[in-house]
Amino acid sequence: MAEEIKAGCARPTGGPVGEKPKAKQETPQEPIIQEGKSMVTVGKKAPDFTAPAYHKGKFINVQLSEFLGKWVVLCFYPGDFTFV
Amino acid sequence: MSVDSVFVHKMWNDHELSKMVKGGIPFPMLSDGGGKVGSIFGVYLEDAGVEARGRFIIDPDGIIQGFEVLTPPVGRNVVESIRQIQAFQHVRKTKGAEATPSGWKPGKPTLKPGPDLVGKVWEVWKTSSAFDE
Repeated sequence: MAEEIKAGCARPTGGPVGEKPKAKQETPQEPIIQEGKSMVTVGKKAPDFTAPAYHKGKFINVQLSEFLGKWVVLCFYPGDFTFV
Repeated sequence: MSVDSVFVHKMWNDHELSKMVKGGIPFPMLSDGGGKVGSIFGVYLEDAGVEARGRFIIDPDGIIQGFEVLTPPVGRNVVESIRQIQAFQHVRKTKGAEATPSGWKPGKPTLKPGPDLVGKVWEVWKTSSAFDE
């Protein structure tokens, strides 16, 4: 499923998949609608993303769309070693 | 998923969480440095630089069926999350022919929406059903 990644010195990061690179400069006169922020709605497709992960002793890369066909619970939390 | 690096995830799992959960965390612990993914899901708290307690239920088609977002000091109710997943799975299994009323959990009666049920929900569903008996 997920490919293993090498642990280098740089902190691995992921990000949204399939998002067009922002062509900020091209149309500066147009008002910017929907600056970032939430694009999720129930009943709509979850935005795809990749993210590095730690899983059972390995560093891997996870892509949400790899889990199509399965139920997924995606949980965010404030931080490791916090109390709640 | 949090803004912590995978290295910190490893330390947290190996040195603390594995003492709470036998064998350690069974699912991938995702890293979202900079909160890029959290921003898209609307849970990244810019001022604090961390992510709120967002929980998204995504079905096999990749559709978000439900979510809950809490500020950091209050923890989730895992039992309720599981109940919701069971309810969405039941609805999916019946291809939408059945719906799960308030308080439903596996074993409790579902509703079959249709013309015959209009104005008749009071006959088949009582307010006490909304609560755990």
